[in-house]
Amino acid sequence: MQKSLKKYFPVFAFPTLAAFTIGFFLPFVMGIYLSFCKFTTVTDAKFIGFGNYIKIFSDRTFLHSLWYTAAFTIVSMALINVLAFAVAMLLTKGIRGTNLFRTVFFMPNLIGGIVLGYVWQLLLNGILANFQKTLTYNSSYGFWGLVVLMCWQQIGYMMIIYISGIQNVPGELIEAAKIDGATPRQILWHVTIPMVMPSITICTFLTLTNGFKLFDQNLALTNGEPSSMSELLALNIFNTFYGRSGYEGVGQAKAVVFFILVALIAIIQTRLTRTKEVQQ
Amino acid sequence: MKKKWISMLLATSLALTLAAGCGSDDTKNDGTQNAADQENGGNQAAADTDQDKDNLIEEVSGSVYYLNFKPEQAEQWNDLAEEYSNETGIPVTIETAASGTYESTLKSEMAKSAAPTLFQVNGPAGLASWKDYCYDLKDSAVYKNLKSDDFALISDDGQVQGVAYVIETYGLIYNKDIIEDYCEMEGAKIKNASEINSFAKLKEVADDMQAKKDELGIKGVFASAGMDSSSDWRFKTHLANMPIYFEYQDDKLKTTEAVKGTYLDAYKNIWDLYITDSTVQPTMISGMTGEDAAAEFAMGEAVFYQNGTWAYRDITGNDVDDDDMGMLPIYIGVGDEANQGLCTGSENYWCVNKNAAEDDIKATLNFLEWVVTSDKGRRILSDEMGFVTPFSTFTDEYMPENPLVAAANEYIDSGKTSIPWVFSTIPSEKWKNGVGSALLEYAQGTGDWEAVKSAFVEGWAAEYKAVNQ
Repeated sequence: MQKSLKKYFPVFAFPTLAAFTIGFFLPFVMGIYLSFCKFTTVTDAKFIGFGNYIKIFSDRTFLHSLWYTAAFTIVSMALINVLAFAVAMLLTKGIRGTNLFRTVFFMPNLIGGIVLGYVWQLLLNGILANFQKTLTYNSSYGFWGLVVLMCWQQIGYMMIIYISGIQNVPGELIEAAKIDGATPRQILWHVTIPMVMPSITICTFLTLTNGFKLFDQNLALTNGEPSSMSELLALNIFNTFYGRSGYEGVGQAKAVVFFILVALIAIIQTRLTRTKEVQQ
Repeated sequence: MKKKWISMLLATSLALTLAAGCGSDDTKNDGTQNAADQENGGNQAAADTDQDKDNLIEEVSGSVYYLNFKPEQAEQWNDLAEEYSNETGIPVTIETAASGTYESTLKSEMAKSAAPTLFQVNGPAGLASWKDYCYDLKDSAVYKNLKSDDFALISDDGQVQGVAYVIETYGLIYNKDIIEDYCEMEGAKIKNASEINSFAKLKEVADDMQAKKDELGIKGVFASAGMDSSSDWRFKTHLANMPIYFEYQDDKLKTTEAVKGTYLDAYKNIWDLYITDSTVQPTMISGMTGEDAAAEFAMGEAVFYQNGTWAYRDITGNDVDDDDMGMLPIYIGVGDEANQGLCTGSENYWCVNKNAAEDDIKATLNFLEWVVTSDKGRRILSDEMGFVTPFSTFTDEYMPENPLVAAANEYIDSGKTSIPWVFSTIPSEKWKNGVGSALLEYAQGTGDWEAVKSAFVEGWAAEYKAVNQ
């Protein structure tokens, strides 16, 4: 067994490795290199050292979108997880039409971000028009619009993960708790939630990174208007790279900073929730 | 047994998908130059022979790849390319960047091995990032046929880096029919449209019309001043041209590293007029698009609509007859208003990629020469694309049918002073965005005019420094 594994390792691993190298590793290394360069097109770069990184922090829009993204991620992560968990609880109670509800709640997730963004832009602008306002009137409109959109899109997806977690909670545990006289609230906090902790880890990880990396929805809903005040990090990087001539390297440097940030946060978050997981 | 068949079927289909994937890739690679031919050749066999023929010639005389900026003319460019390929056998590929994505498309296309041989920049500011890619057009036919050097981008050391290929004019497009109705009303401030010849008069008339909008059957005098990205350039760029131009006039400048903002009060006056006598509340403009404004004008809901000759296609064929479209200069109450003309200039310059293969450069120059000298090329440019060009080869018979162009020519013929497009000297897009945002916040009441001033004056100096360091 061991021997044949070794023998066939290249056969099975090579295609994936090659794809990984071409599609991820090389662009990644090239991206880091470019963040130290001045360039117009990526093929003729000139090394300039740390200049791009210094410029990042004199760019006020970057710091603004950093806080804006952080706030957005926290709010949307909390809302999505709480609501998805609540819906999952409801839909594991065996009400009639459970399957239909699950399907319908999951559906928004199948629509692409750009389309969703435009649809919600129309919807929200339609409502705001009654108050003679639009979504881009100021950045808090865009913020809450984006939160509503993301909740609508992602609750269904997270719900599915929670449902499978909840269904895996052994029935005898709950029964035993009931016999011991635990209230439904106690069962929820002391049995169900500790038992679905792995699902919570996954869902918080997904919502956290999704929130940080959000791009399409932001682009389609407000495009950062007004005055780049509703610009999330990913869009800010995109606009720096493509929107300003001479700032391609700065955009690249921002992307590197962005990568480190998201990686750090994701690692810390998985560590934190992992420790809360219990063995069945 | 059955299972085995199923897995075999699955495996074959997988293999087929892979093969199909690679296959289509292959054709793409060696067919890039012939994409235009292939697109147009509905018959596969015919396309194949075409391709063979083209490949043969390709070895001798290169090919042309034009990254087109104007999506509204994409089809016509494809026709033109096909026409040229049929005539000469030189493959011409036309790719068109989606609206508003030209710079990003160009950046990624130029990094490829089959980079565009012909691309465009929007003027001196756009040229700044591409100047190292521009072939010197000094000896090219397309430059020699220019009516004047004003339409070329010439570097300090005399290199011709870009050549304008379309001249456009903007001003206040107005609905003659509604103005006539208004003139017949009791207490009208004017007898006919030609009496509007200064900012004071324009404001007087606009305010009065706005007050009588229900009797006139309009929603507002000015079409919505939308600050959505599809429309905000009308104000942060085209309208901003006016105060910048008059400032340059005072100091006899062509460009500057710092504007003073002498005429910002006039800028404020006209902006106030646009947002007050409008079809919508100022709080709504952040979401209003270019189509909204065009539709309001085309449906006869607004009287004035600041835009240019290119807007004709958007507004024709609706409630407003072509005969009822006119254009007025944008009066802001500065300078010699009686002799003020419309704003005429170009924001579209052809540049040839210096880094392309020599054959391809030659082919591109030949293609351009053909476009501006052959009858077919000129016909398509003027009749189908509706371009007014700066080339001397375009005589009177190559004038597009466009009432707005006619209006523009009337102004020139009557000896009024055209206002050049000095906005092409604006240091960067970021400056425009800063001014646009400040204008918007001022309009909706979330900011004040001081912010516009600072974005205009300090923003200019800062951006000029950032770009030219």
